Amino acid sequence: MKTKKLSVPYLLWLAIFVVVPLVFVVYFAFQGKNGFSFENYVTAAKYLPTLGKSLVYALESTLVCLLLAYPTAYIFSRMRTDRQKTMLLLIMLPMWMNFLLRIYSLTIILEKNGLVNKIFGLFGLGPFNMMNTDGAVLLGMVYNFLPFMILPLYSVMSKINGRLLEASADLGASALTTLRRVVFPLSFPGIVTGIIMVFIPAASTFVISQRLGDGSMLIGDLIETFFIGAYTNFGVGSAISLVLMVLMLIFIGVLNLFDNEDVGDMLI
Amino acid sequence: MSKELIRLSGLCMAYEGKDVLKSIDLSIADKEFLTLLGPSGCGKTTTLRIIGGFETPRAGDVFFDGERINDVPAYKRNINTVFQKYALFPHLNVFENIAFGLRVQKLPEEEIRSRVREMLEVVSLPGFEKRKVHSLSGGQQQRIAIARALVNRPRVLLLDEPLGALDLKLRKEMQSELKTIQRNLGITFVYVTHDQEEALSMSDTVVVMHEGIILQKGTPQDIYNEPANAFVADFIGEANIINGRMPEDRTVNFERRSFACLDGGFAPNEAVDVVIRPEDIDICPASDDLVCGTVESVTFKGVHYEIVVDCDGYKWYVHTTDFCPEGSYVGLRLGPDDIHIMPKMFKNTTNFLACEATDETTLYFPALDCELECEGMCFEKGARFNAELPTRALDITSEDIAHFTANLESMIYKGRYNEFIVAADSGDRLIFRSNADAQVGRRVGIRIDFAKVLLNPAEDMPDEN
Repeated sequence: MKTKKLSVPYLLWLAIFVVVPLVFVVYFAFQGKNGFSFENYVTAAKYLPTLGKSLVYALESTLVCLLLAYPTAYIFSRMRTDRQKTMLLLIMLPMWMNFLLRIYSLTIILEKNGLVNKIFGLFGLGPFNMMNTDGAVLLGMVYNFLPFMILPLYSVMSKINGRLLEASADLGASALTTLRRVVFPLSFPGIVTGIIMVFIPAASTFVISQRLGDGSMLIGDLIETFFIGAYTNFGVGSAISLVLMVLMLIFIGVLNLFDNEDVGDMLI
Repeated sequence: MSKELIRLSGLCMAYEGKDVLKSIDLSIADKEFLTLLGPSGCGKTTTLRIIGGFETPRAGDVFFDGERINDVPAYKRNINTVFQKYALFPHLNVFENIAFGLRVQKLPEEEIRSRVREMLEVVSLPGFEKRKVHSLSGGQQQRIAIARALVNRPRVLLLDEPLGALDLKLRKEMQSELKTIQRNLGITFVYVTHDQEEALSMSDTVVVMHEGIILQKGTPQDIYNEPANAFVADFIGEANIINGRMPEDRTVNFERRSFACLDGGFAPNEAVDVVIRPEDIDICPASDDLVCGTVESVTFKGVHYEIVVDCDGYKWYVHTTDFCPEGSYVGLRLGPDDIHIMPKMFKNTTNFLACEATDETTLYFPALDCELECEGMCFEKGARFNAELPTRALDITSEDIAHFTANLESMIYKGRYNEFIVAADSGDRLIFRSNADAQVGRRVGIRIDFAKVLLNPAEDMPDEN
């Protein structure tokens, strides 16, 4: 009974800030000029290319994050414990800064007179046009979401007993074979969590594309404009949000099919 | 035993500044069951890990079949290991765990199947292929770990305290099973344990290690009957250990008596350790020509009684099938072949240390890097002394109130007290007696009782500065 009482504040929080807004979103999404209708979705359909572009960016940045984070997390997990803590702190440190600040600081680094071009200038190279490119958007996303890939991978890998790697070597497996046959299967739950943690915020991210890209909007920016500013249209905004939400739910559902729950249980 | 298969030569290893192996030389014969035996921290596991290729020695060489294999990585060595806590792969079932090494070798599926099945027969777990490893009991996991190593047909199997996690009955079963497997397959076993009984009952050769050195190598019979020193005697089985002196060959003095013995070859009047096994002592009616004392306790042990006889403060342990009532006055017969004489393990203990007065009541010992408050004294500042620290002037204490800390190298029960030998950071060894208890190989705090310290003015020695 007592434990139930303790959960009351959280349930209250959940109701006010999650359930009620969701109800509003669903309500607005199906609210036409004359009551219930799908007309918001007809309008929203115009923005399908934007949605597609957002999902492509999200996939690309998730993939890059995974490729960068996997070896990083593995190396961290095999360090001495005190060094592991330092490295994790360094990974988390940028997250203590405001998200917008980080994006603006990237523009300072990448712009025509920015840091990178100045360094290139020293060698007589450049200046290169790096701002307002797809690459800059991708960089911004990877920069922002990389910690969310490293942390779940690290937390799973640090639980892999070093003796298992020795046992693998003992049985004749080279480092690469050990990675493939032991580390990879044991770190799979971390990969799934990492993908979810990066893909979802990346798909609905805003500001990054506007600041670093060519000014075109991604789905997150679009939702923002429908709720804030001169052209508010709660109905269409809600409809797009709902579509995005359903897509994400499907995505998580599919990923969980791959994630064999036994693997998590068996980690030593 | 046949030809040599593994040779370790001059192996040294250190972790964080502490020497764990101090020049280990060891030869392991083909098809032998060799056990590395010693208390925790003696370096036995490190030695095993060097053979397996999981550690690189700081100095020294490892030879396998005549070839130096220092630089051969673990995965290329024809050696397999059974790890302490089995280290089975949690994501694979029993079959895939055992098949792991064969799959890495890319053997045909048919052969893998038949070899895994064959191995499951060897470890008496047929039909376990599909089981998950975490659904197995400790003993079963142990067998799978052994099967996983043996299926690769290694020349050498390394076993790191493989039975440590099992209960006593299962351990006994596995001991004889391991021995049988080793004989039938004709594989060299290098086995690490701290359990002396396990070592004696399974091995062809036992290697007793202590503080990174090998104290003795021999057959189980040799190790038990002719221990090389008091530490080995104390570690292997039970023993009464007494300080003695040898005035001449075949004679030893202890407990203010003279005894005939069979040993010789010591310097005249050399200090020795006298070791007498409890089962070698005969209890007789008291008489003048025997060590006599009062029976303090009698414990029935099944096969024999363990009788403690207090002779003048020294507590003799005697194992006998004859009952003696508590409180009776008895004599102990010690025959010449019951008395084993051993050289002192650390001959170079010094309890004489230089010190200097830093103020009126404080002495500084450079060798120990410690200051000693001496109440009621009035030293002349800068005065130098030679301090003698008698064996009762030192005692083990907790580190926060200790005068200095040192590494405990040896603790041997000598009937009335424990005899401690510690090494200070300067390398000086101190010997003292105490009723305290501590773990060998650890750092211990030590207090100096100034009331018992004897000070002599330092003779004028040439000043180095």
